[in-house]
Amino acid sequence: MTPDRIFRGLFVLYLLAFVAYLFMPLIIMGAAAFNTSRFPTVIPWQGTTLDWFSAMWADAAMWRALWTSAIVAFFVVLVALPVGTAAALVLTTLHSRARSFAYAVMVSPLLTPGVVIGISTLILWRQVGIGGGIALIVVAQTTFIICYVMLMVMARLQRFDRTQEEAALGLGASRLMVFRRVLLPFLRPALLASGGLAILQSVENYNTTLFVRGFETPLTVFIATKVRTGLTPAVNALALVIIAVTVIGAVAYEIARRRQLSARPRS
Amino acid sequence: MSHSVELDGIGMRFGRTQAVSGVSFTVQPGEFFSILGPSGCGKTTILRMIAGFIQPTEGRVLIGDRDMAGLGPNQRPTAMIFQSLALFPLMPVWENIAFGLEARGMGRAERRKRADDLLHLIALEGYGDRMPGELSGGQRQRVAIARALAVEPGVLLLDEPLSALDLKLRQHMRAELRSLQKRTGVTFIYITHDQSEALAMSDRVAVMSAGVLQQTATPRQLYDNPATPFVARFVGETNAIAGRVSAVGDGMARVDTALGPLHGRAQGAVAIGQAATLYVRPEALMPGVGANTLRARVGRMDFEGAFALIHGQFADGAALTAAVPSTRLADAPAPGTDASFSFAPEHAVVLADA
Amino acid sequence: MRDLYARFGGGLATIFLSLVLVWLAAMVLAPNLMMIDYALRPNLPPAQIGGPQDLWSADNFLYLANEGVHRAIFFKTVWASALVAAVTLVVCYPIAFWMAQRATPGQLSIALMLVIIPFFINEVLRTLAWFILLAYRGPLNAVLQGIGLIDAPIRWQGDGGVLAGMVYAYILFMLLPIYNAIESLDKSQIEAARDLGSPTWRTHWRIVIPHAKAGIATGCVFTFMLAAGSYVAPALLGSPGSRWFTEIIYNWFFEGGDWNRGAAYALTLLVLCLAVVLVTLRVFRVNLTDVAK
Repeated sequence: MTPDRIFRGLFVLYLLAFVAYLFMPLIIMGAAAFNTSRFPTVIPWQGTTLDWFSAMWADAAMWRALWTSAIVAFFVVLVALPVGTAAALVLTTLHSRARSFAYAVMVSPLLTPGVVIGISTLILWRQVGIGGGIALIVVAQTTFIICYVMLMVMARLQRFDRTQEEAALGLGASRLMVFRRVLLPFLRPALLASGGLAILQSVENYNTTLFVRGFETPLTVFIATKVRTGLTPAVNALALVIIAVTVIGAVAYEIARRRQLSARPRS
Repeated sequence: MSHSVELDGIGMRFGRTQAVSGVSFTVQPGEFFSILGPSGCGKTTILRMIAGFIQPTEGRVLIGDRDMAGLGPNQRPTAMIFQSLALFPLMPVWENIAFGLEARGMGRAERRKRADDLLHLIALEGYGDRMPGELSGGQRQRVAIARALAVEPGVLLLDEPLSALDLKLRQHMRAELRSLQKRTGVTFIYITHDQSEALAMSDRVAVMSAGVLQQTATPRQLYDNPATPFVARFVGETNAIAGRVSAVGDGMARVDTALGPLHGRAQGAVAIGQAATLYVRPEALMPGVGANTLRARVGRMDFEGAFALIHGQFADGAALTAAVPSTRLADAPAPGTDASFSFAPEHAVVLADA
Repeated sequence: MRDLYARFGGGLATIFLSLVLVWLAAMVLAPNLMMIDYALRPNLPPAQIGGPQDLWSADNFLYLANEGVHRAIFFKTVWASALVAAVTLVVCYPIAFWMAQRATPGQLSIALMLVIIPFFINEVLRTLAWFILLAYRGPLNAVLQGIGLIDAPIRWQGDGGVLAGMVYAYILFMLLPIYNAIESLDKSQIEAARDLGSPTWRTHWRIVIPHAKAGIATGCVFTFMLAAGSYVAPALLGSPGSRWFTEIIYNWFFEGGDWNRGAAYALTLLVLCLAVVLVTLRVFRVNLTDVAK
């Protein structure tokens, strides 16, 4: 064996270890949902069961948490999509020196720790008498989710040929029609993708949500609380379902994206 | 319903740079009018001012005798064809063509019918439901034209629309554009940096340089009677021989040059004692001795089919180009020899140096 | 501004501008200003708010500076977050290099899929997975005991658990920027270096890493910031002896009942993160524009 071959062999081992590191915890967590053991684990295996799924299904608190998360995500998308798109359009249209300053301000929420966003939102709205709750969760989450939307829309806008806008204007279209018929259809893929990302970010957020939740219990808070107060494999069952839904959603999105790419070859 | 276009002393300043200054010309209704100039001469800026994408900082634009000040591109009776064509990639061809009609609130069925009529006009029947990305370069070109014609513009503005095509297709599209213009009778204002394109297609041509209008004339006049040194050099090939005017009279002028006294037609104000240049076209130069004779050392000869280009060098090192018809190649001097070339005075132009 | 109105016309431009301004003013700027205001004021009963004692002072910050335990936790959070970034960098670099330069297109699309899938999954769930894995009577201890590596179960929860969970949680934020950076490196440069007799480590040190520095800086900045601001990993994987600065902040708000002091602590965290971001970017000469995306 040459040193090169040894090195290569070691690297393959490293790759395998890396993949194991990525997936082992998730697999164990998922598998534990089928173990009859009261505490979620896979060793020892005490027997296979689906009871934890029905326990999860029957948990009214879980459904309330899910509902809370869904409402929050709905409003987050409703706000973040238009504002993020507007921010991207403003930023790409600006030409002055103000642009790099505006950019720094607009991405600053991404560089701010999530807990700080939660705290500052909580403090501000207490001044006007609004305490933690669904409204504040939406406000705090959109503060930074707008950034993600903005960045994705901007990435798409970079490939936009602005003479298309001029062509449309020259043919007599109003500004509104140019926006609706030319720019928006072009941005559609980015809007769909950032909408999906916004939902994901919203549902999975914990650090920010924790501070502004008031007496609400969205899904992540529900799970984290369970871990500390009484973890049963029912939580694993819930985790497994969430994972399945997100992965299927992500894969479906990716397939749709690739299909669209191949269906419309760029000239 | 084609319109006239009148530019009245328009100028455009971007910050500290004066892109266009004091340009005036009038385009007649139904005319095929070209604006010719090297890149950066301000011709695209002029087109964009006519279209209304930018407002001139000085002067007025009148279309069909109406002042266009303050009107946006969507309020003017113009349609523009862009260099990049700017077809809408996410709309099928027919929606592209009917876009302007949609903007005017026409119903869907009628739009479709009009689009199909136009597809017939550009010989692309049955392509309505394709996407622009599925068409060839020439087909996209024609769709862009149809899209602009769909709104029945009084003036069609074309910004070097053929520059992306290969030579063969470009020549074909030239003829097609020309005949389309004649059939529709729409006023065409055509921008190009390609002088042969401008000469071949246009009724009249405006030549621009560095933001200033040099000359507006028919292609023939431009070629035969250039008004400025720039036009003389930019339009067509020419031999420029510098000197000083020593006699003027009867529309003719004599210029004393390093190659001896030469005669040509005086163009514009030419006075005795003035520094001036004599311009003579390669095809006006004939091998042999005559009224005006130039001696040069013959270098390379490029055979181009209908004629051959002889490249020579004068005693002072300046270059000479003569075009000899293929039928007279027997008279052509051999490379490496010293030879005489002559031209008739009426085939040469004398212009005062700027 | 003029460009905006010229492009979209009065109506749309006004709508866009107002949306952006409301976001920046009410959601980005105002909360932070209010937090600063809070941090500078003492915690008073409602009756005394606005009264003679309600003055700006640095007391809340001085409290943090003088309170030994909190100060220690703050500095531990700083260096532990740096450690998280460093470990994540070491773990990710070989993978990123392999993906960017060595993997075939087929391997690459599988690898990208494999690294991205876990990150579509909730951070809380990923942390929960480690919670289960590392549990005292959990699989890791069972396996290690089974193969005879340890005699008695180890209590993983604590600093080690937090570190493992955080590295796991932020791998993608390190991997993708580095991958993107190395991907733009011309393969022939590496071949040229090898051809000139450069050993592998030197090729990396002199060619690949300098080329990838923007990606490395981006990855480190994000990982550090996410780690320092994380709440869920220390809360689930930590132990009472391994408290994180964010947990102290949380306690001021929801257990200690002193929002002003909590605001001061949060502001300290924010300033720390921004300082790390700006200094790192300056040191690596990276533009903010390259960071996001």
